[in-house]
Amino acid sequence: MMRTRFQHQIEELREKLLRMGGLSELAVDRACQAYTERDLGRCQLVLENESLINAAEREIDELAFDILATQQPAAVDLRFILAVTKINADLERVGDQAVNIAERVMDMIELPAVELPVDIARMATAVSAMVRRALESFVEGKAELAQAVLEMDHVVDRMRDEAFIMLVRKMNDEPQVTQQALDALLVARNLERVADHATNISEDVIFWVLGADVRHHAQAASASPRPDTREQ
Amino acid sequence: MSSASTAIVIPPISLWRRLVDRAMTGVAVLTVLLVLLPLFAIFAYLVYKGVGSINLAFLTQTPKPVGEPGGGMANAIVGSMVILAIASLLGVPLGIGAGIYLSEYGRNRYGDIVRFISDVLNGVPSIVIGIVAYGIVVIRQKHFSALAGGVALAIMMVPTIARTTEQMLLLVPQAIREAAYGLGVSRWRTTLSITLRTATSGVITGVMLAFARVAGETAPLLFTAFGNQFWNWKTDQPTAALSLQIFTYAISPFDEWHRQAWAGALVLIVLIVSAVTAVRIAVRRGTLAGA
Amino acid sequence: MGVGITVEHLNAFYGKTQALFDINLKVLANHATALIGPSGCGKSTFIRCLNRMHETIPDARVEGKVRIGEFSVYNGTSATQLRRRVGMVFQKPNPFPTMSIYDNVAAGLKLNGFRNRRQLDEIVEKSLHSSALWDEVKDSLHKQSGASLSGGQQQRLCIARALSVQPEVLLMDEPCSALDPISTGKIEELIFQLKEQYTIVIVTHNMQQAARVAEFTGFFLLGKMIEFDKTEKVFTNPSDKRTEDYVTGRFG
Repeated sequence: MMRTRFQHQIEELREKLLRMGGLSELAVDRACQAYTERDLGRCQLVLENESLINAAEREIDELAFDILATQQPAAVDLRFILAVTKINADLERVGDQAVNIAERVMDMIELPAVELPVDIARMATAVSAMVRRALESFVEGKAELAQAVLEMDHVVDRMRDEAFIMLVRKMNDEPQVTQQALDALLVARNLERVADHATNISEDVIFWVLGADVRHHAQAASASPRPDTREQ
Repeated sequence: MSSASTAIVIPPISLWRRLVDRAMTGVAVLTVLLVLLPLFAIFAYLVYKGVGSINLAFLTQTPKPVGEPGGGMANAIVGSMVILAIASLLGVPLGIGAGIYLSEYGRNRYGDIVRFISDVLNGVPSIVIGIVAYGIVVIRQKHFSALAGGVALAIMMVPTIARTTEQMLLLVPQAIREAAYGLGVSRWRTTLSITLRTATSGVITGVMLAFARVAGETAPLLFTAFGNQFWNWKTDQPTAALSLQIFTYAISPFDEWHRQAWAGALVLIVLIVSAVTAVRIAVRRGTLAGA
Repeated sequence: MGVGITVEHLNAFYGKTQALFDINLKVLANHATALIGPSGCGKSTFIRCLNRMHETIPDARVEGKVRIGEFSVYNGTSATQLRRRVGMVFQKPNPFPTMSIYDNVAAGLKLNGFRNRRQLDEIVEKSLHSSALWDEVKDSLHKQSGASLSGGQQQRLCIARALSVQPEVLLMDEPCSALDPISTGKIEELIFQLKEQYTIVIVTHNMQQAARVAEFTGFFLLGKMIEFDKTEKVFTNPSDKRTEDYVTGRFG
């Protein structure tokens, strides 16, 4: 097996990205738990760990850049590195969204708790599952897992739309809970954004694995599926 | 390297080795000197013995009858030149042609046969070649001639020229030939205009070597050119040659002739060296900068 | 001005050993096509079959059809005629050492009987311009021998020499392997410009060079052509796993 140094660098890149994925996933989970349990402590944690995610993003970009400059990767290796840089950016945005949710929650905690006709917890579970599955598809290099994430996005979009309608109605009916409702609406939107990022990550995985650009709902039909997909 | 005990240490060159190295260099230089010594000795001796007898008369007159002082080897000088010219005209094209065949077309068993015959021919005693030329030319024409002498010398030139030409052509890199083929040049044209041209200086060296060797041959001329005391401008009559004349004079009992023999030998050497040098200069001048 | 090349069921043998197995491909006119593959894969043998240079090796034999433009390479045309329409540049620059720069460039014409001095002057100048060497040698055309130039210049001289017989196809067998990066860069620029007038087939060990210079790339392995496609496809998403393994450096 040739190019040991190159292989090590690719492995390092993969591990770094996975670790960052873990951090981002954790941030979203924490923020959502903070919402359901109205926990200030968890919000603080999310805000504190934001810097770790940003530092990871920088590290990954640097390493990817280095490999591109010095190793002239081609074909699947090239696609992998490009995919990693994109997933990198999406994961960082996920971290940002987690921070946004935490800030919303911190807002909401100061207001009296009210009953809202929206099941953020259920949405959070779905979104969290999407992120996890997207990262899994990256780990396994399996396009089918990534494809599944793309399909789950519709579900989350519907949830967000429903939440929007219900919350607007609530705000019209009971103007005194407008602030809480708005906060909840924003949290729902943030979660939907996280789902979008998970979708992006899946598209990037498909690009890497199949060499097909399926962004913006283009089909993967033109890509030639390989008999054994390379494990990175 | 881990510990000092397992490290590999290369010792400095010992005094003994340096002395041996110097001694060997000295031996090499000594052998060169030993080889050059007879060469210079011969030349010096020739000059010493012969230079006194070289004068205008020597270079312009024909031999006088026995007993009379004076006279020269003018006819022998010219005769040698004529015989060598004929030999070159016959031997050089034949030799180069054979060399081209051996190098370009003869990398097979037929070529090996030709090479073998050439080597054998190289080893045949010169007097035998003279007799063969006698049989081929003199008996047919019923008289001695410069032509017969030229033929004999040509036969002697061919193997040397063929072999050196072959070697020089083989030294031309195949890449040069391929470059020519790639341009759509035919094989024979490539051989003559490219391969041969690239090897020119080496081929000329081979020709000069053969020339210098036969220029001094005497035995083959004994039964072919035969020698002549008088001027002869026809190629089909017995012709004087320097080597023959030197031989005749040297075995004679006359001191006068002995002196002239020395002079003749000196003239012969000078002529050969001049010819080779002149060709060398001409070739160098015709070569381009950087080639 | 260039023509396309069609190769059908080409098999090549050296004595009993088969070097090429059933090669089929089409080279587009006025494009550059690169052939890549590990050592001994047959790409040099293949390119030499296109102008019948492999015939200079004893016991070499070819089966199959090759067409350059409309005429057939193996039935009918003599090898020397063919080679005047298909130029070749070799791995190690090989200018004729005893000839001046001018004579080197004009060699293909002069050795084939062309004598008109004025036209020769024109063609030599044009060829040296085409190979980006004119400015560097215009003052010493007749005085300097071909071998006195630097490596990169020599190779450009060889390119000029090949171009002076006005071929339609230019075959290049690893033209830059013996050169430094700057000379390589100049020659790659050249190939880019030459494409407009000639059809170029270039064999190269350097995949990045193939990627930079050629629109199409063929991957050879053990005498077979594994894949032939647009260069971007071969280097970003090749169809065959063996191609991918080679291109990503996992072997070769």
